[in-house]
Amino acid sequence: MRERPLSPHLMIYRWTITMAMSILHRATGVALSIGTLMLVWMLAAAALGEDTFTQFADFAGSLTGQVLLFGWSVALFYHALNGLRHLAWDVGFGFEIKTAKMSGIVVLIATAVMTAILWCGILCK
Amino acid sequence: MKKHKTKHSDHLVAPLAKARGLGSTHHGSGQWMAERVSALVILPLVFWLTWSVVHMGHDYASFTAWLHQPLNALLMILTLLPMFYHSAYGVIVVIEDYVHGTAMRFISVYGVKLVSLVLTIISVVSILKIAFTG
Repeated sequence: MRERPLSPHLMIYRWTITMAMSILHRATGVALSIGTLMLVWMLAAAALGEDTFTQFADFAGSLTGQVLLFGWSVALFYHALNGLRHLAWDVGFGFEIKTAKMSGIVVLIATAVMTAILWCGILCK
Repeated sequence: MKKHKTKHSDHLVAPLAKARGLGSTHHGSGQWMAERVSALVILPLVFWLTWSVVHMGHDYASFTAWLHQPLNALLMILTLLPMFYHSAYGVIVVIEDYVHGTAMRFISVYGVKLVSLVLTIISVVSILKIAFTG
């Protein structure tokens, strides 16, 4: 027979989608906060003149820059869409386990779709 | 009977003024609410910003021309102010969960506030400079 878990067993657990998405909300939030540095760099560089802006544009267009911007956009869409889910919980909607799992999957799919649309829009020009 | 009920609840329910500012972070629920309100403000603006990024040219001339338009400059500032607020207080909530010790917590919380303030000022000044001088 499969061993049943004992009651207070904090070290043994299985990841659930709601759990993973909860910590990912924090992780993307912190990442986005650090990512604002790139936004500030862009604005300050543009205010300083063409040379400094070109330096920024070169970095943004490089492989490192593109990977960072791609990660930034995934984090942004995830945090924005999952944030909507959190706002719904804050006013008391969607607490049933089934609903919370479903809304989580919807957020993941929508994040992928919106990221794809954004990068298609940028790269297919 | 009615009089008794009023008296009883007077003892049980703390006046709002007493409850405000209590709790583990000493800010009550005000900051919690402000984080959500700022999220609602940022939400449509973030989609405006990503839409604009797709549609604008990515060279110096196109970017400054875009930001030179008053509506774009205004919306950009209206995006960034709640964004830096939301981001700073979001990070502070994380710090309050994981950073222990009064001194470390004090330094990191005020460090985040200071950095966030400096970044906000740099951004707004840059936007205004481009908007007014092109």
